[in-house]
Amino acid sequence: MQVGMLAKIWAVFRKDLLIEVRTKDSLNAMLFFGIVVLVIFHFALAGAGDSIRQVVPGVLWAAFAFSGTLGLNRIFAVEKENNCLEGLLLIPVDRGVIYLGKMLAVTLFMLFAECIIFIFCLVFFNLTVWEKLPWLALIFFVGTLGFAAAGTLLSAISINTRMRETLLPLILFPVVLPVLVNAVEATNVALNGTADGGLELPLTIMSVFTIIFVTISYVLFEYVLED
Amino acid sequence: MIEVRGLAKYFGRFSALRDLNLDVPRGEFIAIFGRNGAGKTTFLRILAGLSRPSAGSIKIGGKSMPMSEDGRGMIGYLSHGTSLYGDLTALENLRFFSRVQGLPSTDADLRARLKQVGLAGREEEPVRNYSRGMQQRLAIARAFLRDPSILLLDEPFAGLDQPGTKFLVNRLQEDRSRGKTCLMVVHDVQLGYMLADRLVVIDRGIIALDFAKSSGSLGQFQESYGVLVQEN
Repeated sequence: MQVGMLAKIWAVFRKDLLIEVRTKDSLNAMLFFGIVVLVIFHFALAGAGDSIRQVVPGVLWAAFAFSGTLGLNRIFAVEKENNCLEGLLLIPVDRGVIYLGKMLAVTLFMLFAECIIFIFCLVFFNLTVWEKLPWLALIFFVGTLGFAAAGTLLSAISINTRMRETLLPLILFPVVLPVLVNAVEATNVALNGTADGGLELPLTIMSVFTIIFVTISYVLFEYVLED
Repeated sequence: MIEVRGLAKYFGRFSALRDLNLDVPRGEFIAIFGRNGAGKTTFLRILAGLSRPSAGSIKIGGKSMPMSEDGRGMIGYLSHGTSLYGDLTALENLRFFSRVQGLPSTDADLRARLKQVGLAGREEEPVRNYSRGMQQRLAIARAFLRDPSILLLDEPFAGLDQPGTKFLVNRLQEDRSRGKTCLMVVHDVQLGYMLADRLVVIDRGIIALDFAKSSGSLGQFQESYGVLVQEN
């Protein structure tokens, strides 16, 4: 990858970051929704007792996935306002650059929201995880990257449809199921230490999924945004 | 410079363009007229690479469309939608569009461009607070960032006040003298006649009138255009 291309990806990423810092539209919605999911599960699982640690990975990734979907919906909605998408398409750059910049931006927004949601999760479910934090951070990062890699492409596909808010979750969740299942599995291993070296397989599957989706999306993005 | 053959564009059963043919030599300035819904904007959007034609072929600078990044870099497009980020300032908008194209413009260069379009002192204001005319001025500054050799302008005077119109007219005349090729959709016949070498009317998706400025006066063009509009 050339330095010039990295600078262009950075320009797209920085622009989305700047708009989000100013408006906080995505982050507010993502945090609110993620925390509401945790609150619901907190009350639903009040009687789970010691087995709560077994359930937390699923709860956590449900909250991440739902809040992430809101972030993905927003990442191209910004471009629809004032017909900015047209301005973006006129830029004489490889359109894969736009994909990579936006994917990295939505990954960062999701990771930020996940950190806050995770802190709430620790409080709600009374968990202590200090020694597991590096592993959990790695799992969250790889899982989120995979989710965002597929989600950014699908968000771009859905943005030109009339039912975009409804369509995105419908096409997103079946596609990212391998990431979510393996992320839950890996989080469970890291949190409960159920198996030595049990992280390798889910992390590998998530990484391979991410590489495949980034490559496919980079190539296809040229055709996705045209009318 | 631009060669259009048998161009057609269908939106479902509606044909916005049908068998449109046009040759534009390098350095020619064409004003495009036509009623609302005649297919003018669709034509420019296809030339800009924003929309794929249903049939026909286009060559720009000898290269067939769809074009590579370099080919797209030759084109500057100004639509009647400004396509600017309302939550960013004017300077941030220009900075983004400059950096994402890999242009070496400094902030001082960008401020100078904003000054040229009459936005000096308002550079740090969010574009959301700008009037329609100010947004159009900023969109003009963005369209000329790369100094493109082909200009596609879709109602570029929309929303501009008198000084803004004067600035754009001067800029277009300057570009014309520098040999740039320009296709401009415009409704003001006098303005179009003043700026262009050739006046083209698109009606129902085809070129209904192709009038070289050297072949007649403004009155003669208005008469032919008027007859055409009345006929349909």
